[in-house]
Amino acid sequence: MIKLTLNGAARQFDGDPEMPLLWFVRDIADLSGTKFGCGAGLCGACTVHIDGAAARSCVTPMSAVAGKKVTTIEGLSPTGDHPVQKAWMQVNVPQCGYCQSGQIMQAVALLKQKAKPNDADIDSAMQGNICRCGTYQRIREAIKIAAGVKA
Amino acid sequence: MEPTTNLSGERIQNVSRRGFLETLFGAGALILGAQVVPQEAQAAVAWQPSVYLGLDTNGAITIVTHRSEMGTGIRSVLPMVAADELEADWKLVKLEQAIGDEKYGSQNTDGSCSIRDFYDAMREAGASARLMLERAAAQKWGVPASECKASLSVVTHAKSGKKAGYGELVTLASQQKAPAKSELKFKSAAEFRYIGKDLPMVDRDDLCRGKGTFGMDAKMPGMVYASVLRSPVYGGTLKSFDDAEAKKVKGVSQTAVIPPFKAPHMFQALGGVAVIADNTWSAMQGRKKLNAEWDAGVHSSYDSDVYKKELMDAARKPQKAFRNQGDFDGALAKATKTHEADYYVPLLAHAAMEPPAAVAEFKDGKVTTWTATQNPQAVQEAVAGALGIDKKNVICHVTLLGGGFGRKSKPDYVVEAALLSKQIGKPVKVVWSREEDLQFDYYHAVAAMHCKAGVDAKGKPTAWLHRSVFPTIGSTFDAKAEYGQEFELGMGLVDLPFDIPNLRAENGPAKNHVRIGWMRAVANIYHAFATHSFVDELAHAAGRDPVEYLLDVVGPARKIDLKAQGVAYWNNGQPIDKFPLDTGRLRHVIEVAAEKSGWAKKKPTKGRALGIAAHRSFLTYVATVVEVEVDSNGRVRIPEVHMVVDAGLVIHPDRVRSQMEGAAVFGTSIAMMGEITAKEGKIVQRNFNDYLVARMPEAPVKTHVHIVASNEAPAGVGEPGVPPVAPAIANAIFRATGKRVRELPIRKQKLV
Repeated sequence: MIKLTLNGAARQFDGDPEMPLLWFVRDIADLSGTKFGCGAGLCGACTVHIDGAAARSCVTPMSAVAGKKVTTIEGLSPTGDHPVQKAWMQVNVPQCGYCQSGQIMQAVALLKQKAKPNDADIDSAMQGNICRCGTYQRIREAIKIAAGVKA
Repeated sequence: MEPTTNLSGERIQNVSRRGFLETLFGAGALILGAQVVPQEAQAAVAWQPSVYLGLDTNGAITIVTHRSEMGTGIRSVLPMVAADELEADWKLVKLEQAIGDEKYGSQNTDGSCSIRDFYDAMREAGASARLMLERAAAQKWGVPASECKASLSVVTHAKSGKKAGYGELVTLASQQKAPAKSELKFKSAAEFRYIGKDLPMVDRDDLCRGKGTFGMDAKMPGMVYASVLRSPVYGGTLKSFDDAEAKKVKGVSQTAVIPPFKAPHMFQALGGVAVIADNTWSAMQGRKKLNAEWDAGVHSSYDSDVYKKELMDAARKPQKAFRNQGDFDGALAKATKTHEADYYVPLLAHAAMEPPAAVAEFKDGKVTTWTATQNPQAVQEAVAGALGIDKKNVICHVTLLGGGFGRKSKPDYVVEAALLSKQIGKPVKVVWSREEDLQFDYYHAVAAMHCKAGVDAKGKPTAWLHRSVFPTIGSTFDAKAEYGQEFELGMGLVDLPFDIPNLRAENGPAKNHVRIGWMRAVANIYHAFATHSFVDELAHAAGRDPVEYLLDVVGPARKIDLKAQGVAYWNNGQPIDKFPLDTGRLRHVIEVAAEKSGWAKKKPTKGRALGIAAHRSFLTYVATVVEVEVDSNGRVRIPEVHMVVDAGLVIHPDRVRSQMEGAAVFGTSIAMMGEITAKEGKIVQRNFNDYLVARMPEAPVKTHVHIVASNEAPAGVGEPGVPPVAPAIANAIFRATGKRVRELPIRKQKLV
């Protein structure tokens, strides 16, 4: 039996401890905001926070989150208006939107580590998150707005 | 108690005639899955003045949005057009995503044609309902209709000061005779309330909160999950399989065989063995543990290197001419100088962020599906064909799409879900992994091209030959098809808008060894790469500035009528008088791009330069200037891109900008990194580690979009930004390094 905290609530899991966190979140906890994109930690669509740090849930086995605090896009802010989310809305970042949960979770983690990132910091933190619609320049702009740094 | 229908035409029982004239939101509870899939409730409404509109007595307005949302914003933007003419208060508008139904007209969201094909229909629907509401008010007040004016969901009679909300007028409005088109009064551009304004997309905030429902997210009560093992070689068939190990995976309940397709493959399921489980991961784990033997069939020797050589050889030989203007051979013989070059663009995968996914239930002879599809009517047809039922018995609900790029116009994955549900007797959700997505795509065609020109003393071509050889999308529908279809040849081959007296366009045959399909901008991608690389080569050979030379080759502003020249040219299925091939517009985007990018001042320096290309596709004109930096290790950085777009009338400038920004990134992926290859018939690439796409540091840092103000008929913007990007990058790299890139992807070329 694996016990964890998911978006502030205690959860238990008695399935295969090798099951990636992504599928627990999506199929069992029924939170579909965290997306499946590659299953190999290559695209970032599945990004969540584990004890506050960005992690790829598609390659994180359930055994690794025992006793941990997992936050998904749904748990980022009770009203869905985290400063990063608001910045995303302000510059109309999403096109199809599929990757944006992961992008936002990655950006929030970046700003926790570095409140005023420069372009190189943003490139470095965000390069694991693919957007096929090509919203990168608006993502960069939104991060800067949320951080209050000059665009 | 009479049955009635909701806006999607689904029959809703237990609704009285009286009830039909009242507000009936919540009727959607009768739709299977609606409790689970947070789709807008499909509501019966008091008045349905068009298939796209519903008005209720409480003032609520429902607009049916019948095109698929994959990131362009079309799901929001077309309803804004209808709302504008209706003078609807956008705050009172609720969108209902249409199920697949031919009554809406085409729902195939491809070809950059949603605005082009439905702008007028939306305006007519809105203007017609507005007029009926004004007439209803006139009747109510006993005044002339011409004195009643609708504005923001309220009709006002100025003389008496009477006002009535749309809700109050619905019943009377529904009794008005539908006006003839000639009676409709459309707004002038100055009166537009939403058209031309940047209203937020209806899904924007949901998408920032993880709330949008994609095909991957759709659920139906009691559903099981399926992961399918398919023949690694196209057309291979299952000889035998052993599922003992698969069934040992916790959560796996059973396996099921999907029969192989019959040629032509069209949108059929490929066939294979499905593993059924109670969650996605178990189904995928089970699939990995299947042992299957395949009869690989005729395509097992397909090898990309060998195939490339075949295509390149064919492109160097005379082929069938599809345009033959003047006397190419004669002019070439008389030319001052001649130049020739070969170009190559590899197979490409769509790799939308959301891999294909569908949930379907077969019950009582009917299929209900929720899926990410660009074409719900194709879902109806393909599922009906596979199950031997009438397409009316296929209810296709359309979710949001996590990207499409053309892949999701082909509903093979929905057919898989429907076939499996019929076998298993439960709703089945089929989820493709990224590996499956890359190995079983309908790939963008690999293409080889040969260009040859004879030039005069100033280096301007007097003779031009462009020959392309590629496996055709036609092979989807005719297994024997080997020549490019009219629509493919009309994407940058026969429609070359250059001022060259002797022009020849040829196409040679090629066999397909995988499924070939439309990908964002389609044949324009390779044709534009060859054309605009070659023009740039000729400019350099002539010692002339690429922009000045390009404008000279495009020639004076004029309208080209290819049909009058005897060329079979489809013009995207549109009349040439409404959407002429207008070199004036092409010149203009080139001139604006040169001006905005500071072309004249930014002379190339070592490792840093601008490159240009301009292309008309999907009836839209786009010029692209790219700035590249190439470092001493040959690494390419793209600090800046300018995209100038003339798409005719623009409905939503911000979504036009976002499409152009996205096209710059998509084009960068094509130019720099994308390549699918095959060995022994099997696709080599597995995931984003070896099928490379542009990530943030590789993407253009800043793309500036310049929209040409225009009152020409609206065309489209989803695709036309893509074609000029790759040649503009290659041309910039040449000026920065002296290295001419004729084969994509550029990452495989040694630049320094």
